[in-house]
Amino acid sequence: MAILSTPRSTVQLASKGRPLKEHLFRIALLASLAIAIVFLTMLVVYVVEEGWPRLDARLWENQPSIRRPENAGIQSGIFGTLWIIGLTALMALPTGILAAIYLEEYADKTKWYNRLIELNISNLAAVPSIVYGILGLGMIARWMQFGFTVMTGAMTISLLVLPIVIISAREAIRAVPASIREGSLALGATQWQTIYRQVLPASIPGIATGSILALSRAIGEAAPFLMLGAATLVRFNPEGVWSNFSVLPLQIYNFITRPQEEFAVLAAAAIVILLAILLLMNSVAIWLRNRYQKRW
Amino acid sequence: MTSGQRRLSAVATAALVVSLAAACGGNAKPGSSDSTSSAAASSDSQAGGQLSGEIKVDGSSTVAPLTQAATELFGEEQPQVKIPVGTSGTGGGFERFCAGETDISNASRPIKDEEKAACEAKGIKFTELTVATDALTVVVSKENDWATCLTTDQLKKMWEPAAEGKVKTWKDVDPKFPAEELKLYGPGTDSGTFDYFTDEINGEEGASRKDYSPSENDNDIVTGVSGTKGGLGYFGFTYFEENADKLKAVEVDSGSGCVAPSVETAQGGTYTPLARPLFIYPSATAAKRPEVAAFLDYYAGNINAIAKDAKFIPLNAEQEAKLKADITALKSQS
Repeated sequence: MAILSTPRSTVQLASKGRPLKEHLFRIALLASLAIAIVFLTMLVVYVVEEGWPRLDARLWENQPSIRRPENAGIQSGIFGTLWIIGLTALMALPTGILAAIYLEEYADKTKWYNRLIELNISNLAAVPSIVYGILGLGMIARWMQFGFTVMTGAMTISLLVLPIVIISAREAIRAVPASIREGSLALGATQWQTIYRQVLPASIPGIATGSILALSRAIGEAAPFLMLGAATLVRFNPEGVWSNFSVLPLQIYNFITRPQEEFAVLAAAAIVILLAILLLMNSVAIWLRNRYQKRW
Repeated sequence: MTSGQRRLSAVATAALVVSLAAACGGNAKPGSSDSTSSAAASSDSQAGGQLSGEIKVDGSSTVAPLTQAATELFGEEQPQVKIPVGTSGTGGGFERFCAGETDISNASRPIKDEEKAACEAKGIKFTELTVATDALTVVVSKENDWATCLTTDQLKKMWEPAAEGKVKTWKDVDPKFPAEELKLYGPGTDSGTFDYFTDEINGEEGASRKDYSPSENDNDIVTGVSGTKGGLGYFGFTYFEENADKLKAVEVDSGSGCVAPSVETAQGGTYTPLARPLFIYPSATAAKRPEVAAFLDYYAGNINAIAKDAKFIPLNAEQEAKLKADITALKSQS
């Protein structure tokens, strides 16, 4: 959710010249925005209303239960999701940021292999997530023999978010003005010192925002986990990276297909928790950007 | 408001939503946690010694709730044994089972010959255990007042591949029925339920007309059929039981009179041909591990309590005796 702050005065000045067209355009813009907001509001209102009776501590204190749907919780799903996202962040963020630094600061763009890498990264960002699931199943779970563990899940999701992290980190690094680099180099700093002390600190807000949004996308993924054959009914929390696990989207999917009415309510409550984790992460992203943003 | 302030208020709104969700948690009753009650129960049963380890289960999503109920009850005695239950479907479950990735496979149909061959190629030996019965239930809308009993031939006329594009109204099935549009709902082609139904009704596994509304989620079939006067669909008995107020179950006549699906007719074997056994397939190697052996013993020993708890149709006395004998044989084999 990028907030584009167009100087208001420009728009108002222009609208004096051609009022009708300008007004129509503005209405079209607002209508587009309204569609997004209205659907989001409807979704939130619907799930909160539907899940309201179950939105309490039973959700995170109890494990899923077939026998007692009225008291079942989603603790193993919450912990599973947090484990996967935490481990993904540890693996994908450093790799992605380093790759972006190489591509922006070191790579010679006239060389064919650098252009090939760039092309591939853009393509990978558009690959459907289920394909990463197949890759994870074949390569990580079976060939590398990591089995169906938190590690396999996190590595698969890391591959999924890596291209997005690289692309957003590159944008952020590119936004640092060349004059900053030139000034640093002119004062005698080496290229590494320039990157480490000037470019990276200046691009942190952008990198952080992009990374968190990439991880937020990963939180809602169910398809790669379905492909990996992650268990849906799990009554224990992961104890380490080699533990079996389940994630919230899978549990929600499973609850929705159960015949008992109680599970539909539970699914709605679980969706609210998933949305809350998402909103929390997105607000951290916005906060980080505001806190560290610099303007040149 | 400057743009900075506006952004700040966006953060505040998001934080408010999150804290609201957290605040809702305040209403919880401390005694309602089932994890604490199971922990309390387990401390009473230390006699048998505590086992630990992990038993990996995958397979049919129809059988999963039964195995899940078994793991919940078993967990009260052996809280250290972890049993993740997957729902990859009967076919997907066998694929992983025969690759040696799981210890027990849930199945809503018997293992196929090619799956057996895959298991043999990997040297995986297994036993087939019948753990419960299901009555595939054919349902129509409550508004449907003409179809109370359908013969298997009539069902075939509706569902066979040749019916595609031709059998469009109830009148096409039987001239006595009204000319109401026939809207069919059924499970997707990956499901064991679809395999079983097409095999029994159309005479060939997987052969079905394609112009029906398929869904992996049986609740969609409930919604579809209950909202359409001429609708008809099929699924497991539990889905009918939970929605008996919205749907009407059709009696099935396979040549010896109309039989309604029920616990008794499925158990007694009179609800033919749509009563089907549900299986678990433990691997012989896994059954040597003490925690797996204990779990299988528990599963077989309490099978009818588990089935009742998970709202499945329990085994009859004869089937229950066979299950126990099979488990004993499996253990002596290993």
